[in-house]
Amino acid sequence: MADISSNFLGIKSPNPFWLASAPPTDKKLNVLRAFEAGWGGVVWKTLGTQVKNVSSRYSAVDYHGSRVMGFNNIELISDRPLDINLREIKEVLKEFPDRAMIISLMADNSRESWHELIKKVQDTGAHGLELNFGCPHGMTERGMGAAVGQDPEIARMVVEWVMEIAEIPVITKLTPNVHSVVPTGLASVQAGTNALSLINTIQSVTGIDLDTFVPNPNVAGKSAFGGYCGPAVKPIALKMLATIAQNETTRRVPISGIGGISTWKDAVEFMLLGASNVQVCTAAMKHGFRIVEDMCEGLNYWMEDKGFNTLNDFIGKSVPALTNWEDLDINYHIVANINQDKCIHCGLCYIACEDTSHQSIALDYGKPYNKYSIKEEECVGCNLCKLVCPVDDCITMVEQRKGDEYLNWKDFQRLGLPLNDH
Amino acid sequence: MSITNFRLTTDQYDANFADIHPPFENLAAALVEANRCLFCYDAPCMKSCPTSIDVPKFIKQITTENIKGSAHTIFSSNIMGGGCSRVCPVEKLCEGACVYNLLEEKPIEIARLQRYSTDKAISHKWPLFKRKPSTGKRVAIVGAGPAGLSCAHVLSCEGVDVTVYEKESKGGGLMTYGIAAYKVTPSFCEEEVDYILSIGGIEIKYNQTLGENITLTELQNNYDAVYLGIGVGLARQLAIPGEELEGVVDAISFIYDIRSKGFSQVKVGDRVAVIGMGMTAIDAATQAKRLGAKEVTMVYRRTEAEMPCTTVELDIAKLDGCKIIWLAAPKEITGENSYVNQLHCSTMVLGEPDASGRRSPIETGETIVLDVDMVIKAAGQMAFEALVANNNINNQYGKVLVDANGGTNIPGVFAGGDCVNGGKEVVDAVQAGKDGAKGIISYLNIQEPVITNQY
Repeated sequence: MADISSNFLGIKSPNPFWLASAPPTDKKLNVLRAFEAGWGGVVWKTLGTQVKNVSSRYSAVDYHGSRVMGFNNIELISDRPLDINLREIKEVLKEFPDRAMIISLMADNSRESWHELIKKVQDTGAHGLELNFGCPHGMTERGMGAAVGQDPEIARMVVEWVMEIAEIPVITKLTPNVHSVVPTGLASVQAGTNALSLINTIQSVTGIDLDTFVPNPNVAGKSAFGGYCGPAVKPIALKMLATIAQNETTRRVPISGIGGISTWKDAVEFMLLGASNVQVCTAAMKHGFRIVEDMCEGLNYWMEDKGFNTLNDFIGKSVPALTNWEDLDINYHIVANINQDKCIHCGLCYIACEDTSHQSIALDYGKPYNKYSIKEEECVGCNLCKLVCPVDDCITMVEQRKGDEYLNWKDFQRLGLPLNDH
Repeated sequence: MSITNFRLTTDQYDANFADIHPPFENLAAALVEANRCLFCYDAPCMKSCPTSIDVPKFIKQITTENIKGSAHTIFSSNIMGGGCSRVCPVEKLCEGACVYNLLEEKPIEIARLQRYSTDKAISHKWPLFKRKPSTGKRVAIVGAGPAGLSCAHVLSCEGVDVTVYEKESKGGGLMTYGIAAYKVTPSFCEEEVDYILSIGGIEIKYNQTLGENITLTELQNNYDAVYLGIGVGLARQLAIPGEELEGVVDAISFIYDIRSKGFSQVKVGDRVAVIGMGMTAIDAATQAKRLGAKEVTMVYRRTEAEMPCTTVELDIAKLDGCKIIWLAAPKEITGENSYVNQLHCSTMVLGEPDASGRRSPIETGETIVLDVDMVIKAAGQMAFEALVANNNINNQYGKVLVDANGGTNIPGVFAGGDCVNGGKEVVDAVQAGKDGAKGIISYLNIQEPVITNQY
């Protein structure tokens, strides 16, 4: 058995799976159920000045028969009284002392407010704080949430206020509603945050009801921009995570990865790109807390298969494999190969290549089954056919280097090598 | 032993003849299946459909909840797409070619999805097709079966005024009168015919038999062209002693009675032998059982390898408890007081392949005897040879000979469907009707029929 226990800024948890600050962590009842199910930690739903929420609050994007591929919410921070939240946090800490308890915070925009809130929260015995600089809806209209995270200087100021009083580790949560997460991440690290977490939700309109013409979610005939999350945002989150993991300054603090993580595989990918642990929300909201069982087991088996004993053995392992485009090897060349024994003659590779790519697949008409084969001399090795093929390992990409030596675009230009002639 | 009707209660009849392939309950259920479809290019399912329905397109349209578009896609190729979704032997057509078969996975339930869209269109009476302005051309069609109705619909779309002469009192042909009731109900057949006619420009004159109430010459004189979709109808005789005994019936009339009189009215024996192993034989055997026969035995002179029905059909018969005797050829039917009581069969072995490529059965000299009180003959149907010959239409054993455009040797007289091919599937007849319409349009010098998407 591999050791999947996690140590994030000294905050220990039996596994690296935390529930993100969101509806699943907004009260004792949920959090107890989560810990009973096996979650390693929670980030308690954001505390601040008590708010009032609306109904409805969520909407989703379904894709090709799959529900909730993307998820959207217009819920604000905790709408429960602060003292009840604080009491419940204490009670949960007592029942589950081995789990991580982080409290998400969004105080009003003053040093005093932040100090006052942090003092109260630290009194509960919680293990860490997460600063919500990312909430993209509602709170931003009040100059909070993403409004802070979108301006590196405001973020720097707030982090400095927080660090003046914080006695427990501070994680700053970044908003993706910026052209780059690095400036705010950098400002936060320079201001002393102990860690970063990302991403928060992405501003969105998930869709419009074609009968009522009202965008989703519908609140009495009106809607508002919401925060998008779920599997659909994972690639965007991974990219943003990578930029933080690559930056010389921001990479020095631990990162908690968030954004569409539904399975142990998703979690491993975030960790390979530099996340020390991960936070989950949408997948739990879709399936319940029980998903953590397979997350732990799957991670464990994968680590065993790969010979990793601890999480640190692979955290950040894929970061060096991301480089600039101009450093990629132009001499590397692959061409597609169709395994005729596996081919089911659906023609998806053909029509994708013929209509939208490089006309590199030959079609030999048959009734009812056509035969498809690769025109190797035309194939640019784009992967499209392999991606659309419904049969595992039917289309493989075979290496046919154009030259033995590594050759990048800069060298290519310097040597005056010829471009395509058609 | 006796042949009687009213064997079962109404509830029992209803249960026995309930839909064998129930439709999807709702959109969510249809979507689960529709989303499995890979949306193949130059799809094998489409190429295996005699009417070339664009299956991937109509299934994709279900997934986008464009059900009108989906139904239009189906009906553009096959105006009886609703009926065909119930009666087609899809295991040897579209579903049999589905690429999932090559993955050893269940093929897409194409027929059931097709039924989903077409049922919606028919029950909501969606006007998916619009007639072109009348060209003033008039065409007579004989037979309101799949070939005739398909031909009529294409012609009407192109602005031709069509009159259909039908010998029965309802349209639909064998769809209405010749198929097991658990596959397609008579009431659906009526709705389907009404839906086809809703485009306008098509009038059906019922109870009009060619050669009795009307003549080909009259039609030729009164119309610009004539299309014969008269089907086949005469049950092939066994030509063995005892065929005239009470209790010996042919499958065509047995099934006709089930569909036109109601289940309780149709008499069935306690112990029934069905001769033949085609689709009609299966429909007769299974329905005899479902009408309350205690024992049904199917007798076929060849083996399972040569049977004309599909394995799926054979399985229906087996699941209904029908017994199968392979390699048994009827030799004589014997009776008592003019009522059948025994069927004598020669036991056969397979010899060399015959002209059809199937191995011919040869008598072994041994016989078996079945105690029966009813014999249903389903040894195939014969073309209306005399009718065709009397009208000087070139034919081969009564099957009308046509050119590539569906034209007969008589200018302006076209034909298609079972009367040409000798008896194939409904879907083949629908295609024949389309082909005939195309030939007629060309003959009448109307521009090529172009069925365009309206949506």
